[in-house]
Formats: sequence, C-alpha cells, structure tokens
Amino acid sequence: MRLSVLLFAYYRELVPAPSVELEVRTGATVREAIARLREMPGWEGLPEEPTVAVNREYSRPDQELHAGDELALIPPVAGG
Amino acid sequence: MKATGDRTKAPTGDPDPCSVSARITEEPIQTDRLLDLGSRADGALLLFVGRVRDHNDGRSVARLRYEAYAEMAERELEAILREAADRCQVTRIEAVHRTGELEIGEASVAIAVASPHRAAAFEASRYVIEEIKKRLPVWKREAYADGSDAWVRAASDGPPR
Repeated sequence: MRLSVLLFAYYRELVPAPSVELEVRTGATVREAIARLREMPGWEGLPEEPTVAVNREYSRPDQELHAGDELALIPPVAGG
Repeated sequence: MKATGDRTKAPTGDPDPCSVSARITEEPIQTDRLLDLGSRADGALLLFVGRVRDHNDGRSVARLRYEAYAEMAERELEAILREAADRCQVTRIEAVHRTGELEIGEASVAIAVASPHRAAAFEASRYVIEEIKKRLPVWKREAYADGSDAWVRAASDGPPR
C-alpha cells in the first residue's frame, strides 16, 4: 500500500526533500515505515524512532497504517 | 486558517461555558485586537505575548523564521486550548502562532484568556504556552548577526509517546 510522507525543518534538509511517496506492506506499522525510509539512500541520518504524526495526530511506533495515510516526521519542536 | 470551536451556545450562568479559537498565521499578530476578548462577566483578561528576542544561547540573533506543519499545528493548538478550558474555569481562550520571517520584537505567539477570576486565567495561560513548547509542530530557524543560521534544537522532551 502507498503512503505519503512529509518532512519538516531539520529533517527536510537532512534528506533533502519536502515529501515522498512510500510503498509498504498492507498492515505495516509506523516503525516499519520508518525502517523502510531509513533504507533509502541519503535517509540514514533519520533517527530510528522519530516522532511521527499520522493524519495530523501524534502516533505510536506500533500503530498500524492504512493505504493513503499521511505520515509526517516531526523533528524536536521549537514553537512559542 | 482558523479553527474555531464553540462548546458554549449556552446562556450566561452555564457552569462550563468556554469557547476557544486557535490560529496559525503568516500575518503579523494584532495583539490589541485580543484585548476585546470575553464579556462583562469576565473580571480578568490576561494577554501573553511571546516576542522574538535579540539573543539566544549567548549568540546575537538578527531575525527568525518559523516553519509549521500548519494543518496539524492548528488542530493541535485547538486541542491544547480545549484541555486548558477543561482544567480551568475560564470563559474564552484565543491563541495565535505566527509563521514565516519575523524581525526582533515581533510577536511570535499570543494567548488571550478571559475569565471571571484571575487565578484561572493565569493557570490556563501558563498551561497553553507550556504545551505549545512541548507539542506544537512548529520549528524556528535563527539567523545570527554574523550571517550564519541554524535550526533551534528544542530543550523540551517533545510530545507524549
């Protein structure tokens, strides 16, 4: 199944790309999706367990994903 | 963009009437407009404004750029305001966070709380700013006086996992 992945701030410059489409097995978890991303050339610098939002809500590593989900990799925040 | 939640169409005197308004914007924050918040029943109106300061970690800062995951940030900000409303006896909370390029002294965030009594307003405002620092998907890049720039690495532990 296909997911879209958004990158922000420090992560976006690390890769560097603002977004990418990712193909994972049906029923894959957030942790698996991140592992797939880290296998891509240039993505090794991503943390093993970054904070991830799924469809604009904070997620857990074992959360199951669905086709079309929007993942966002959230670097340490610095608002305010 | 604007996310407005109105839990209260209830008449005055309802024990839990609080409405919240959360906004992420590229436009300058008009802090004076927030001073109209609340009603005649609110004896307290508290306005917190966070501004861009000219130094950080011993370096001289020339300006800042805030980047947000705007769609999520607005939703998360509204969730924070609702939590503050649930914890504190306040009537209305409005919060705005700015994005884009900001000069020294410009408002980056503003939180207005109206309440019948001051203690609840202080409590709610403090809760909102602390949660913004922990959870709002917003990042800042500092441009320094020496011409270099860098993403600010937050001191917070980040959102709950």
